[in-house]
Amino acid sequence: MRRRRTIRIAAALLILSCAGSVFLLRLVDRLRENATLEETIYISSPRLLKHLSLGYEGLLADVYWTRAVQYFGEQHHNDSGEYKLLWPLLNITTQLDPHLVPAYEFGAAFLASRPPLGAGLPEQAIELVEYGIRNNPDDWHLYYDLGFVYYDLKDYAKASDAFERGSHVPNAHPFLRIMAAQTAQHGGETRTAQMLWTSVYETTHDPQIRDNAKSHLVSLTADLQCEELEQIVAAYRQRTGRNPSSFADLVRAGMLRGIPVDPTGTQYRLDDDGHVFVSQPADFPYSEKALPSGYVPRRR
Amino acid sequence: MSSRIFHIAANTFREAVRDRVLYNLIAFALLLTGAAILVGQISIQIERLVVINLGLTAVALFGVVIAIFIGIGLVSKEIEKRTLYTVLSRPVARWEFIAGKFVGLSGTLVVNASCMAVGVFAALLYVSRQLHGSDAWVLVAIYFIVLQFLITTALALFFSSFSSPLLSAVFTFCLFVAGSFAEDLRGFVGLSHGLQHWMAVIAVYAIPNFSALNIINQVAHGNGVSGQLVFWNTAYALVYIVAVLSGAIVIFEYRNLK
Repeated sequence: MRRRRTIRIAAALLILSCAGSVFLLRLVDRLRENATLEETIYISSPRLLKHLSLGYEGLLADVYWTRAVQYFGEQHHNDSGEYKLLWPLLNITTQLDPHLVPAYEFGAAFLASRPPLGAGLPEQAIELVEYGIRNNPDDWHLYYDLGFVYYDLKDYAKASDAFERGSHVPNAHPFLRIMAAQTAQHGGETRTAQMLWTSVYETTHDPQIRDNAKSHLVSLTADLQCEELEQIVAAYRQRTGRNPSSFADLVRAGMLRGIPVDPTGTQYRLDDDGHVFVSQPADFPYSEKALPSGYVPRRR
Repeated sequence: MSSRIFHIAANTFREAVRDRVLYNLIAFALLLTGAAILVGQISIQIERLVVINLGLTAVALFGVVIAIFIGIGLVSKEIEKRTLYTVLSRPVARWEFIAGKFVGLSGTLVVNASCMAVGVFAALLYVSRQLHGSDAWVLVAIYFIVLQFLITTALALFFSSFSSPLLSAVFTFCLFVAGSFAEDLRGFVGLSHGLQHWMAVIAVYAIPNFSALNIINQVAHGNGVSGQLVFWNTAYALVYIVAVLSGAIVIFEYRNLK
């Protein structure tokens, strides 16, 4: 009888304390947001971590790789536009496991990208991918990624060279040779950029890299459309001697079939100087030509 | 009731001392003395950092090892030696036996950790010639380490109440390792979907969160801890211990000891 009472009390305590520990853990979590990531600030030496891992550096590399993805995802989700821990996290990951190719690909895409969508650290991205190439010389993806980083920096000669180097790797994608030639000859053209990003979009397996490529493609499409619309505006000006006051003037003149819309379905805008731009510039983070005059990307 | 628990606890403490558990203090003292002398000669500017990191890590590891290896034998050893029957034939309830064992081993670990804390401060004083205000945070880190010991002891006792010593040691050690990566596991929760997500959520709440109790790096760099964190971490550790001990009591009450 007494024993049954003890069991009942203990079982009740068990249930209550389980619920209590879940509640308390949530409170503790709220106080320690990003605590594991802050650890990177305290121990940023990959060599020290290698020693501390007691030979299990592969496992530790996986932990750091997960932290890098988690960190980037959270910062991206919060629109913080700041990725100061991305470089140390990826550096530690790849020093611990130099053969973790996805980490180099991720770094090439997001270390090099301009804020607010990336860390804006192209030099570190190049350093990371070059380190990856030294350790994985037969992986053509890394030359391809390096070429992209240089392409983003508008260093078309080095981009072409990286694609060219990659094309000599056994089993390299045949597209690399075309990319090398195209970048060397037509580096600064929007059509070339569109072709390169389409290849990324179609070949990557990483959803975040795919989203990044999509974002580039949308921005490039808007750039191309704005260029074409500005040519129509110029033709109208030549014909009438003045700029159109709106797209309706161009439609009335039979130069447009309807009011043009950007890739997100929102109407383009036209200013008094005949400059065509998107209504929601934040949706076109990589655009160079379709932004309103004087627009500066906002950081939250 | 409380006197019975106290007597079992006192016996457990005495037994641990008799088992020469506190001899680990000699190894700890040697390690810290050696490190302090060596660090003083080869580390420039980071002597304090190394002594705090090394000292607190040693406190944690020594204590966890003791908590696991003594904790797993608390029940099984008594059954093996048949002393449990002598205890339970007296007016001692099974839950009192569990509670007494827990308090006894916890006392041993607290005494052990206190001695090691004195050693850490002595080494700190040796390398930097004086103590700073921020060194008080080392005490908070040691307090959190003691909370880790208490949780580990409760887990070892829990597994010991129904499993063999070897398996109990494996289970407890695995939970200690998993708990030390609890916040990384939380990262998986954010990245996973569907069934995996829910399994990760359950694991996150079921395993003890040792990473929240590990502030060694933070205090080594002279950074403080909020009072709120100390309070909620204490509350969490106590509630978790109650949950694990309640589980141990339920199992032990049901166990057929004949």
